[in-house]
Amino acid sequence: MNSKSIAKEKFVFKDMVKVENILSNYPDKKSATLPLLHLAQSQDGYITTGAINTIADLLDYHPAIVMDCVSFYTMLYTKAQGKYKVQICQTLSCSLNGADALVDHMQNKCGIKAGETTPDEKYTLMKVECLGSCGTAPVVQINNDYHEGLSIEKFDALLENLE
Amino acid sequence: MSEFKPILTEHIKDDDCHSLSFYKKAGGYTALKLALKMKPEDVIEEVKSSNLRGRGGAGFSAGLKWTFIPKDTAKPKYLINNADESEPGTFKDRLLINKAPHQMLEGMIIASYAINCNTAFIYIRGEFYKEYQQLKKTITEAYEANLLGKGILGSDYNLDVVIHRGAGAYICGEETGLIESLEGKRGWPRLKPPFPAIEGYLRCPTIVNNVETLSCVPHIINRGAEWFKSIGPEKGPGPRLFCVSGRVNNPGVFEEEMGISLEDLIFKRAGGIPDGKKLKAVFPGGSSSAILTADEAMDVKMDFDDLVAKKSMLGSAGVIVMDETVNMVQACLNIARFYAHESCGQCTPCREGTMWLVKILQRLVAGEGKDTDIDMLLEITDNIGGLIDFSKGSFGKTICPFGEAVAWPVRSFVEKFETEFRSCIHEKLVLA
Repeated sequence: MNSKSIAKEKFVFKDMVKVENILSNYPDKKSATLPLLHLAQSQDGYITTGAINTIADLLDYHPAIVMDCVSFYTMLYTKAQGKYKVQICQTLSCSLNGADALVDHMQNKCGIKAGETTPDEKYTLMKVECLGSCGTAPVVQINNDYHEGLSIEKFDALLENLE
Repeated sequence: MSEFKPILTEHIKDDDCHSLSFYKKAGGYTALKLALKMKPEDVIEEVKSSNLRGRGGAGFSAGLKWTFIPKDTAKPKYLINNADESEPGTFKDRLLINKAPHQMLEGMIIASYAINCNTAFIYIRGEFYKEYQQLKKTITEAYEANLLGKGILGSDYNLDVVIHRGAGAYICGEETGLIESLEGKRGWPRLKPPFPAIEGYLRCPTIVNNVETLSCVPHIINRGAEWFKSIGPEKGPGPRLFCVSGRVNNPGVFEEEMGISLEDLIFKRAGGIPDGKKLKAVFPGGSSSAILTADEAMDVKMDFDDLVAKKSMLGSAGVIVMDETVNMVQACLNIARFYAHESCGQCTPCREGTMWLVKILQRLVAGEGKDTDIDMLLEITDNIGGLIDFSKGSFGKTICPFGEAVAWPVRSFVEKFETEFRSCIHEKLVLA
């Protein structure tokens, strides 16, 4: 193994003021792990190895401990995702109100299965568990936004209108 | 139908109901002024004697929990508002955060004052991004109005509130899993005791209360424990946000007196079942509660004790309605899959057991079941979560109550609809 391959991948937070603000929120800096991971992900779209190293350095953690944390949470990604993460809730109330048909529709329309990204990297389809919006089932979260009470027609129009 | 007038959701139809100016006009923060003139122990006593029980699922007395905070310690104390709402069938805290965030915050400030805490957290599930943005505005408004920060409203009390976003893990709604997550680790629950009130966040005394529980607190301080106790059953009184979803005409959040009949909730408030179909089964208190058959559901009151008597629980008051078209094996698989996905993986019975439940239910749905599968399902639920017979008290096979939370519903499906389970052993399901 040459020295290049074991050199640490670099990651730099663009907004160090935000990093300092996050750190100042907590009586123990290790509590800043999740907020810093959210911040890193908002910068690159996913958590890079470099980001794990940088956060580990900031918090006096071994990188493996940060990686352990990353691997636990479904909203933290270690690979690039599509521009639009289409997250279809599949838990009972949504399933009883047509969520499965939404999954089928998107699979047919975009030619991808759950967990996959379209070749143009526009959409990633995800089946997710309860989003806490059962009263307006079925619900789909696209990136940060909830879309509630969707029919196939409304869902289709929603996908069409994404730039 | 009762004459109950909403308390927590009284103003949610007003456009501006989330703002500080609206909340103040409606009488907001008068309870905080009152509380700051009281001794902290008197605030605790008032809440304790109101019999306010936790709205997150466990139903433990909120005021009693606060009394467990040690008084003779130099350690800092922490309050955590549990806004990690993730129990399937439950969507009430999201409503309170969006529509009445200052009511919740006022409850937090009063609770923090009562337990002598100067730093409080709101742990909000990561998916609730809009709600997170709302809370940021709410907290900023509160600092600007001296409702947070140093010398709150001219008193010598200081409090900072930090919003902390989760990142997608049901188990972080369990209070010790939440604390681990807040400390920057995976959300693996801790063994209890010690309870968080003794050793919680950073091993310091910590109280974790649910959004709805805290939202009740200003009303108790304003109108008194006796008033609160007069609403519904005295042992578990107060207003309650019931969520009704699944196969109903008018799903939603309905604020009612504790103890409303489940029949009224489903057929009057939520408008009954579409297309004149018949009721088949109901989750009364989120997906962790044992399901009720239609007959059982028509004969139960939505309060803590009546549901325990029916061998289920009020839990988070998330009612999921299943009509006659719903196949019970399919529904059971859906719920088992949820728990298999959300098992944190710490305890072997739960990590492995939930996976096996899914495998067996999948082969039943595919018509490739074995004659021993029904017994196997029951055995696995016993391995994960003990017997469902509360009188035998056979719990504690896993570190946290997640084990029971999967065992109870799955076992109730199999036992109450055994014929349906047996009929699909050799026959592929034809789904509607």
